[in-house]
Amino acid sequence: MKQFSRFNLISLLLGFSFLYLPIIILIIFSFNESKLVTVWGGWSTKWYAELLQNQGIKDAAWVTLKVAFISASVAAVLGTIAGMTLSRFGRFRGRTLFSGMIYAPMVMPDVIIGLSLLLMFVALAVDRGIATITIAHITFSLCYVAVVVQSRLSSFDDSIEEAALDLGCTPAKTFLFITLPVIFPAVISGWLLAFTLSLDDLVIASFTSGPGSTTLPMKIYSQVRLGVTPEINAVSTILVGLVACGVLLASYINRRQAKQRQADEQMAAQAD
Amino acid sequence: MSNKGVLITGGQSEMGPLAAAQMRLASFAPYRWFVAAIIWIADKLGLRGRSLVIAMPYLWLLVFFLLPFAIVFKLSFSEIAIAIPPYTPIVSWVDGIYLRLQLSFESYQLLFEDSLYIKAYLNSIKIATVSTLLTLLIGYPMAYGMVRAPKQWRTTLLMLVILPFWTSFLIRVYAWIGILKTKGLLNLLLMNLGIISEPLTILNTNVAVYIGIVYSYLPFMILPLYANLEKLDGSLLEAAADLGCGPFKAFWTITIPLSTAGIVAGCFLVFIPAVGEFVIPDLLGGSDTLMIGKTLWVEFFNNRDWPLASAVAVLLLLILIVPIVLFQKFQERANAQSA
Repeated sequence: MKQFSRFNLISLLLGFSFLYLPIIILIIFSFNESKLVTVWGGWSTKWYAELLQNQGIKDAAWVTLKVAFISASVAAVLGTIAGMTLSRFGRFRGRTLFSGMIYAPMVMPDVIIGLSLLLMFVALAVDRGIATITIAHITFSLCYVAVVVQSRLSSFDDSIEEAALDLGCTPAKTFLFITLPVIFPAVISGWLLAFTLSLDDLVIASFTSGPGSTTLPMKIYSQVRLGVTPEINAVSTILVGLVACGVLLASYINRRQAKQRQADEQMAAQAD
Repeated sequence: MSNKGVLITGGQSEMGPLAAAQMRLASFAPYRWFVAAIIWIADKLGLRGRSLVIAMPYLWLLVFFLLPFAIVFKLSFSEIAIAIPPYTPIVSWVDGIYLRLQLSFESYQLLFEDSLYIKAYLNSIKIATVSTLLTLLIGYPMAYGMVRAPKQWRTTLLMLVILPFWTSFLIRVYAWIGILKTKGLLNLLLMNLGIISEPLTILNTNVAVYIGIVYSYLPFMILPLYANLEKLDGSLLEAAADLGCGPFKAFWTITIPLSTAGIVAGCFLVFIPAVGEFVIPDLLGGSDTLMIGKTLWVEFFNNRDWPLASAVAVLLLLILIVPIVLFQKFQERANAQSA
């Protein structure tokens, strides 16, 4: 069995402690009894209890969840279509522009996307609120879904689709019964990604939100500017915990599924 | 598989249990009727259906991504006004008969006359460049170590890189405030160890901004590098070793040149968003940390000068358009190669 070489082990250890120590410290201090973040006053869950009393944060969390759920769902549909378009539809007029509009939002600074959408909503005299935040989030997350779906499609042989079409299956039926089941895991991970991106966004939401539609990151940001508080540590811990559980669960299911399939393939090979 | 694809799916593309559930759903009668109805409609539309399908995301992006830029561009030629919305129209009716076009270059003039803005642009580019290089310096050994790690460790290590990528950006930046501030944990630790006697001022300086950017964008660098290094043909290194090439020379002449694609993708993914970064300079930087994303935010939210904010955005876009187009070309080529 190959082992870690010393250099590799050291660089991995240092790198991962850099990535994880700040988050771990943040989590530990969310259980701090003391109000002061640097003074350890013993273990306590009082900041979590206080969080439950904080109506402002609860409202913001509810707005954020609504926006994230709707925007992720719409982005999953539009992004799947866009991913299909990029990998299966070959050349069509305006393809370069289309792929440009898919890749650009992933690297475009948030301030530009936020400002431009806001100015458009103002120019069209659209009232800003949950709907405008949702539209903004759909716009950038659909690009991520498209890229995930496209990468799944490019590793999937299109001969099965061609066979179905040759045998007289209509394009729509081919998509629903052959392509969609194959790319479904990619669509789901695209949805999850869109959901977390929406959950996470501060800048674009700040530009496109209106009165009464404060999202959780906006709420956290306004409190963070005033300094570090154990309460924000507690909110952060809950968010980090939720995301970590989701990602770990998804990878666990994926791995078990892969093992199952490997076992099936072995059995099939033995039966031959 | 594209670099970004690996970044998001973690290179895992197995059919999950959800797909199995979806297959079971396919044999459920009402679902089949529903699907049959959709298929009937789609097939009635025939070939036009294909264009209709493309049209949905296409139109969405045209309306909500491209059109807004046109409006930003237009607005950058307006003047600030005390009104709602706070700018003058550039096209207006005179006596209800003539259309009058009134372009103001005041915002652009201000951008070039007040050295503050030029400094902010240059400083953003400098900070983004230095942090991209630092991220590469930290990310490359990590990606290399991951690829060279024992096989049973790789999935776990990949998971460990992806996890921070999924957790909130804002929270990860916030976590550093408690560590870096004057009475923060880092100073406390260093003073208790007797390394320093006076607390260091790190928070609200450029150093803190560098730490924040490197920390936040590290996964964006590691994942494309990992995806690239994983595909590296090990026999090349063996051949080099057999022919008497030392490991360091082999690394410089074989591994590094062959991983250029990963290096380039990673650097774009870090550099472009870092130039326009707002959250990190705002929370970790000081009042003297000039970055253009923050300038734009202040002009818009604090000074309510929408035309000037638009002009700042237009100029920022002009600076970033070359790297963005290069990034797109690069991704397209990577996809074409893997297909």
